[in-house]
Formats: sequence, C-alpha cells, structure tokens
Amino acid sequence: MKRSNRSRFVATRRPAILAFAAVAAVSTIAACSSSSSSSSSSAAASSSSAAASTSASASASSSGGSSTGIKKGLVVYFIPKDTQNPYEVLADQGGAKALAELGGKVVVSSGTADTAAAQIPSIQAAIQAHANAIVIAGNDPSALCPSLQQAATAGIAILSFDSDVTCGSSPNHLFVNQANTESIGTSEVDILAKEIGDSGQIAILSAAASATNQNSWIAYMKQELKKYPKMTLVKTVYGNDDPATSLTVLQGLLSAYPNLKGIISPTTVGIQAAAQYLDTHKSLLSKLTLTGLGLPSQMKPYVKDGTVKEFELWNPSQLGYLAGYAAASLASGTATLTTGSSFKAGSLGTYKVLAPTTGVGPSIVLGPPTVFDAANIDQFNF
Amino acid sequence: MSSDIAPPAAGAEPAAGAGMQGARPDRPAGPRIRQSLWQQAGRWEVGLVIVLIASLAFGSSESSTFDSQTTLFYGGINAGFISIMALPMMLIVVTAEIDLSVASTLGMAGALLGDLWHHGWGLWPALIAALAVGVVGGALNGFLVAKAGLPSIAVTIGTLTLYRGIAEILLGSQTIPGAGDRTFPAWFTKIGVVPVPGTHLSYTTVFFIVLAIICGVVLHATPLGRSLYAIGLQPEAARFAGIRVARIKFWLFVASGLICAFAGILLVAQNSSVSYNAGYGLELNVVAIALFGGVSIFGGRGTVLGVVLSAAIVATLQMAMTQMNIDPNVQEIVIGALLLISVVVPSLGKLARWPALRARRSRS
Repeated sequence: MKRSNRSRFVATRRPAILAFAAVAAVSTIAACSSSSSSSSSSAAASSSSAAASTSASASASSSGGSSTGIKKGLVVYFIPKDTQNPYEVLADQGGAKALAELGGKVVVSSGTADTAAAQIPSIQAAIQAHANAIVIAGNDPSALCPSLQQAATAGIAILSFDSDVTCGSSPNHLFVNQANTESIGTSEVDILAKEIGDSGQIAILSAAASATNQNSWIAYMKQELKKYPKMTLVKTVYGNDDPATSLTVLQGLLSAYPNLKGIISPTTVGIQAAAQYLDTHKSLLSKLTLTGLGLPSQMKPYVKDGTVKEFELWNPSQLGYLAGYAAASLASGTATLTTGSSFKAGSLGTYKVLAPTTGVGPSIVLGPPTVFDAANIDQFNF
Repeated sequence: MSSDIAPPAAGAEPAAGAGMQGARPDRPAGPRIRQSLWQQAGRWEVGLVIVLIASLAFGSSESSTFDSQTTLFYGGINAGFISIMALPMMLIVVTAEIDLSVASTLGMAGALLGDLWHHGWGLWPALIAALAVGVVGGALNGFLVAKAGLPSIAVTIGTLTLYRGIAEILLGSQTIPGAGDRTFPAWFTKIGVVPVPGTHLSYTTVFFIVLAIICGVVLHATPLGRSLYAIGLQPEAARFAGIRVARIKFWLFVASGLICAFAGILLVAQNSSVSYNAGYGLELNVVAIALFGGVSIFGGRGTVLGVVLSAAIVATLQMAMTQMNIDPNVQEIVIGALLLISVVVPSLGKLARWPALRARRSRS
C-alpha cells in the first residue's frame, strides 16, 4: 500500500515542482508590480504643482552671480536612516513639499534597518535613475562614501541631513544641519543640570554607536559637563533607534546605577522608549529626570502627566523642506558649496553656506532648537 | 495510510507501530532514496533557473534602468560578500549542522582589521590577523559542535552574540579610519568602486565564482564531498563506514570562519572603512540563500549550483525592487516568501515519503 503511494508520487513530482516554481515567480511579480504602481502614483502627485521658479538672484553674494533659477523636473532622492523612523518620515515629507513647490519630485528610498548596507542600494538606484541630487541621513560616517563618490562622479549633487557623513573631499557635499551641533549638546546638559540641581550621576541613551550626529552631540555634552563638576556621566548606552533595544539597555542602566539622577536621550526613539518606561514605573520619577530630543506629538502625554518636564527639538519637516530647497539649488547651479553662497529656501527665507570647521564640511543650519514644556507643547503638531 | 501522513510533527519520535512500518522497507530503499534525492535536487535547480529567468524578465520589464552593466556590478557589490558566506554555510547544512555566527565572524574580523590599522599595523599583517581570528572563531564553533557534541544551532547562536560583542569592544563608537587615521591604500579600497578590469563584475562576484567552483568540485567530485552527504543523511552509518565525522565537521566550521573573515575583509575594502556593526543581521540572509538553493535543513541534500542560482535570484530581485523603489518591507516579504517556498515545496515530497523519513530520523 505504501509502495504504491510512493511510486504514484514519484510519477507526479516533476510537474508539481515546476508548477510551484512558476507560481512562485508569478506571485512575486504580482506582489511587486502592484506596490510599484502605488508608489509611482504618489510620486507623480507631487510633480503636478506649477510652482513659479524661485530665483536666488536677490541676494547675489554668491561668487557666480548668475540668476539661472531652479530647473524644473528635478529628481531628488531622499535616503533616510530607515523608512520607519517617524522623525525621518516627517523630514522626507518636508522635502517632498519643497520639490513640489519647485516643480520637481522626491523619491524616498532606504532599508528597514539602520545600516550602511541597507542604504547603499538606494544610492545605486539614484545613480541609475540619473537623479539630480541625493539627500542622505548617514547610518555610518564612512561606509557610504565610496558609493556617494560614484554618485558625485555621475554628476549628482550630494547633501547630507540629520546625520552627516565624513567623506572628506570624496565627495564634497553640503551638510544641512538641524541646529548648531554645539548648542544641541550643551543645551541638553544645561536643561538637565537645571532640573536635577547641578549634581548627581547621569547617563546618555543614544542611538547607534556609529551614528555621527549622536557622537558629535555627546562630545559637546561631555565638554559642557566640565562646567558642572558635581555631575558625573557614568555611562553612554546605545539603543540603536529601536524601541525594544532602547528599553533593554535602559533597564540595564537602571539596575547597574540605582542612584542615577538624570538621563539624556538625544534621539526621538530613545526618549520615547524611556518616557514610556518611566510612565509605567512612576516610583522612579521622584529621583530620576529624563530629557533629550523628542517629537512633541509623541511626547505630549508624558509632558502632560509630568513624566518629562522639558525636551528639545527642531521641526523635522522644516529640516527636510530646507534640504529639498538646498538640493534643488545645488543641482540647478544657483548655489554652490563656496562659503557665503546663498539660496532662497521657500517660506524659510534665505540661507548662506557656512565655512567648513573641524570634521564638518560646508554646511547650512536650520536654526536654534525649540524647548518644549507643558506650557507650549500644544502649539506643535509634528 | 492517511494516519501515517496526517501528523507531520517534525522531530517527534514516531509511535512504535509507525516506526516498525517505516523501518521495514528501509534496507532495499536506502540507495533508492539517495538516487531519488539526487533527481529531486536536479529538478529543484530547473525550478531555480525558471525563477531566475522570471526575475530577470521582471527586472527588465518593470525597471527602466535594470538592463545595464552597472546593475550587474552593483548587484555584485550588494550581494557578493553575503553569497560568499553562503558557500561554507551550505557545506555545513549538508552535514545537518548550521553556523549562525557567520555575519558576526565577518564583523569580528573586520573590526580586528580596523583596530590593528588604527594602532599603526601594516595592511598585510592586519589582513592576516583578521583571517586568523576567523579561523580561531570557526575553530571554537567546531570544537564545541564536533568534539564536545553540542547542538550547532545553540553553539552558534552563542558565538553570534559573542563575536559581535568582541567587535563592539574593539571598535566601540569609532569608525576606522577616523579622524587622524591613515586611509586604506587605494588598491585595497578600489574593489568597492570599480569592477574587475575587462568585465562588469565586482571583485566579490569573482571571488564568489572561484570559491563556488572550488566548493562544487569538493562537494560533487571527491570522496570528501560524498562523505558530507553521508554524514548529513546518516551520521551513525557514516561513522561505521570509516568517515571521521567529528574531524570533518570541525574543519568545516574552521573553513566557514576563514571564509567569513575573508568576506569581512572584502566588506572593509568595499566600504573603505569599518564600524562594529558591519554585516549586522546578515546571517539570516546567508541561511536563506542556502535553503532557497535547495539545501535541505535536515542535511544530506543540496548542490552548489543551486546555491549559486539562489544567490543570483536574490541579488536580481533586490536590484530590481530597489530600482523600482518598492517599499523595503515588501522586499522583505518577497524574500521571506521565497524562503517559505523553498521549505514547503521539498517537504511536499517528504510528506509522501513520510514513514521512510521518519524511520530514518528516529534511528539517527
């Protein structure tokens, strides 16, 4: 009985496996083409606006002085750290708004994990699509440079935002800085010092250990801490911008340092994870203070119930909007990387390229960070 | 009959009656099972060729930038170093073991290279040290699995964390070369920027092809290769036949460590830099390439050709989907679906042969 069954199977197996392979291929294609059509239609929607070409000639302090205006139909690739991070999503929307005003379009492309390996295919896709500019939030300061250099060689304008890349001159690029790096680092220490009375053990809950922006802020925090000799930084832990990891390292921190008085989390994912934990462990609040960089929309409940008193941020969609205008201006040649070169950034006004400093190439700065507390948080909707 | 097929609770010891039933036809069926597995493997590769052609057709019809030599080059850049790790992985899986520490070994070797470079070592000594640490890492896995007899899945989950932890201790938040470090020499880093002269293949692709040929010859044309299948199918019988099961498994893990360290060096060169999280989480992609290539997770079955085809399919789909700007979550679903198919389809065959298989597994 068994034998007969097996021989029957052998006879029918070949077509069955081939059929499965074919089904696999067809279903793969079906899944892909359906989602591609939806993404292209959303991209098309943003290019319909008939924006007047914004001329940057008004403030002609740039070396060229020509007033060619922004080209139409520019394609700018926004490559965020990953496609899930709410902060990055807001920034990308700001970029799309800028390009829609300028008659171009934004393509958002990245991976699901915060790694350089996940961003490199997106850079390659931008090169192959003959994009005009790439705006990238680097997951790694150096690993992306070879790919970005290839993009620059292909004539693509390179910009970084949120988290800079340190590629030296290969390629030269513009860093769209959210706020003065030093003031972000120092102001967070000042806020925490004010709340805990200038003394006690503190710790930092950061994102990925290789994140450029985090590390440069932390360097300034350490510098600022010299002003508060009674405050000691006991540890910096890394939650990789993942809520679960952030929670795990936070719990480790709290058990290792029971006398911890303050935590600075200069990342929106980390501060939210920490606030959520403190919210469910209110007994900790009597001795522990949390501050850092957070999204007002995410932090509102924790500010309202007193878990967090103050935190900072800038408007991420304005950052993306500024990056979008900067990318379009560089790609059109109406702005250059020369110090003092200026361009108009739509509703944000005119921006000037700042001189390179140690470790940072040419950059523009969005503006000072906003401090949010119970009194003003209702005014912000991002 | 139906009662034999109905409960496919994998790994569960069969009831006495079913075991007897399955054992009965085993002796004459032994060589025949072997043969039919070979035939089935042949058919699996036919299926893979069809999927590869379909993927290529899909890419060139849906993406305007797919039909170009740069796609070949970029695909190699993205998938080459991952596929290289799939080769020792498939040899290990053929012997019914697994090595989940591959991506961490890659990270540890790269981190050591970066750390030594940071401390002023020359490039060649640092490269040799990086390969050596891969060998040591592989030897630890091999010792614990082959000599101490521990389950490889548990051992290598442990070393997955251990080796990544060592990488993190070595480099911390540094990226090498950082401020003040020498940059890597241009001949080393050019492999991430230019293809092999005269071709459009990345250096990693060429290394993958060379290693695949070596693996193919070893697995399919030598007594050692045949003994790998024997170990995967029936370790006890293999041992009684004079095959040094423990020694072979040990050296397989050492080879895996060495090749993963080599892949780690390639990744450092490709990125012109290294940080502790290089290759983070890629072990599952490596396993996926091997399994989709038709390598049975239960051991004893799989061909190098299948793994090569599988690597090509994964690289093709990834390039096409990124060019089309498909949501990365959807991309992961597609790869996950492929993996599921590769597990489900062969076990449709197993389901029909369930009693014989169950008898075989209960004895080992």
